[in-house]
Parts: sequence; structure tokens; C-alpha cells
Amino acid sequence: MPDSSAIDHGAEQAAAHTGQAHDEHPAYLRHHFNSTEQQADTTNFAMWLFLVTEVMFFGGLFTAYLIYRNWYYPAFVAGSHQLNVIWGTLNTLVLICSSFTMAMGVWCAETGRRRGLVLCLILTLTLGLGFLGIKTIEYSEKIEKHHVPGFHYSLQSFTNPESDPEIFKEYHDKPLATDMAVHTEVYFSLYFAMTGMHALHMIIGIGILTFMIFRARAGAYTTGHVTFVENFGLYWHFVDIIWIYLFALLYLISRHGT
Amino acid sequence: MSEPTEYEEHEHHEDDAHHIVGPPVYVVILIALLIGTALTVWASFIDLGFWNPIIALAIATTKATLVVLFFMHVWYSTKLTKLTVGAAVFMFLTLISMTLADYISRAWGSW
Repeated sequence: MPDSSAIDHGAEQAAAHTGQAHDEHPAYLRHHFNSTEQQADTTNFAMWLFLVTEVMFFGGLFTAYLIYRNWYYPAFVAGSHQLNVIWGTLNTLVLICSSFTMAMGVWCAETGRRRGLVLCLILTLTLGLGFLGIKTIEYSEKIEKHHVPGFHYSLQSFTNPESDPEIFKEYHDKPLATDMAVHTEVYFSLYFAMTGMHALHMIIGIGILTFMIFRARAGAYTTGHVTFVENFGLYWHFVDIIWIYLFALLYLISRHGT
Repeated sequence: MSEPTEYEEHEHHEDDAHHIVGPPVYVVILIALLIGTALTVWASFIDLGFWNPIIALAIATTKATLVVLFFMHVWYSTKLTKLTVGAAVFMFLTLISMTLADYISRAWGSW
């Protein structure tokens, strides 16, 4: 078997001399595709199929949340009152801005702006880290108050709300009976499962962003082959959408319950 | 180095051309998303009874739709992509309504 890439290269040169432009193709075009358009469409479709599986994955968690909230409504309201709307709003703003910088990054890649792309990716990475930082503050509050499900879980904030003055002065919750208060643990299980899976997606995204920043600095993505940046953008925006729903469901909808 | 194929013959429709979405669109969407966030937080401070969750989810869905259509370029995408996104939404709604149909039609409390 002769070295086929050498032959292709020779053919390209020959084509260039004879003006047969249809024989030329960029190095990133895989040989099982007919054209760069077909390759881009195919990869884009595959990315969307992956995102469909992600919809199903998070959809299961959303459904569980919906049903348990209906079932243990007073416990879910009391659990939700433990979340800080200001932190949640700030994180929503951070994530929306990171989606914007990512979209701008895709545009920079498409229009061949290498420095712009690197800047956008760094901004996206920074905002992503900021989101995780705020999430860490929130999680540590839960740990301090023993609101992490498990052996050390404490019902005190729910059976005796006045013992938790910061929350009490805002919501004036009535004490829950112990048999309802125990179900706040279900709320926090879902809270940690949903925000934890979301945070894991963010961490994976930040890893890929770091990789892309190094590649982009070396000149990748800005010479026509933008697929990787584009598809990562889809992933990042999807993670943003999940947070938009988590913010509404976990922080906002139960503020005036019971 | 291949013969023109069926795909190549069909690929030059406007529908398939790679559409570059520019900064003005992104800025408008960013502002819309920020306004949406402000609105939903503001609405959550008003006691609207059972309308609170409905308004919050309606605003969240509007924001998600803007992200999907413009940040994720679905507005400018091929029919295949649009169909895929539609299928995801349809499948999710089907699964959630079948689960809820089961949940609300059980004889709760009789055991």
C-alpha cells in the first residue's frame, strides 16, 4: 500500500497546476466526506444527538423533582427557602455572560480572529470558574448547616425555624412536623444531584476550554476548521440552559409557598 | 478526488450554507437574557399564588428558546438540526406527561 497522503499531496499540486480546483481540499477534510460542508453538517448533527441524550438525562432529574415537590410540598418549600436568591441570580448572570463570550468566540473563529478567539475563550473560562466559586460558597453553607443528606443531616432549621434567624426573618416559616421535615432531605438530595451534575458538566467544559485556549493560541480553529469550537459552544450553551431551569425550579418558584 | 455525488449536487442551497451569526445578534440576545433574568427574579418576590411557578417557567423557557435559536444557531441551521431539536423537546414532553399521567391516576391514600 503506497503512502496515500503523499499521492494526494502530489495530486493536489498537479491539480493546482492544471487548474482543476475541485481536487483541492483542506487538510482537515476527512476522506470519507465529500466536502467540508458535509463534514461540518455531519459533526453538527452528531453533537445535537449527544445533546438529545443530555436532555433525557437531565429530564429524568427534572421529572423526579417535579413529582417529589408535588408530593412533599411543604418540605420542598422549606428546603428552597434555605437557598440564597442573590447568589443564584449572580450565578445566572455569570453563566449568561459566559454563554455570550462563548458565542463571540465562535464568531471570532469563523471570521479568523485568533486573538479575539483566545480572549473570548479565556473570558468564558474565567466566568465558568466564577460560577463554580459561587457554587462552592453555597455548598459550604449547606455543609455548615448540616443540610447535606446523610448521617449528619439536621432537621433543626425545619422543625424549629426560629433557630435559623437569617432565614426566619426573611420567610417566617412555620415549624414542620418531624414526619414532613425529614423529607427536606429529599429536596436537598435532588438539589445536590441536579446542581452537582450541572457543576460536573461545567468542570468538564472548563477542562475542554483550557485545552482549546492552548490550541487557539497556536493558531487552531481560525483557519476555516471551526467545528470543534462550534460544537463546544453548543455544549456550553446547553449547560447554560440547564442552569436557567435549575435557577427557576430550585430558587424561585417556592418563595411564597405555604 | 471523487465524482460529484448526490450530496454535493444538493449542497448549494441557501439552507445548507454556513451562516455566520455576528456580534449584533449576540448582544441583543445577551440583553434579552439579562432582562429575562431581572424579570423572573422580580416576579419571584411578588406573591402570585400558583402563578409564580408558571411565570418562572415561562420566562425560563423563553430564555432557553433564545439561547437555542441564536446562541446555538438553530434559527439558521439545516432542517435536520431543527428536526433533531424538535424531537428532543417532543420526546421530553412525552416522557414527562406519561410519567405525570401515571402519577395523578393512582389511587393515592387507599393503601
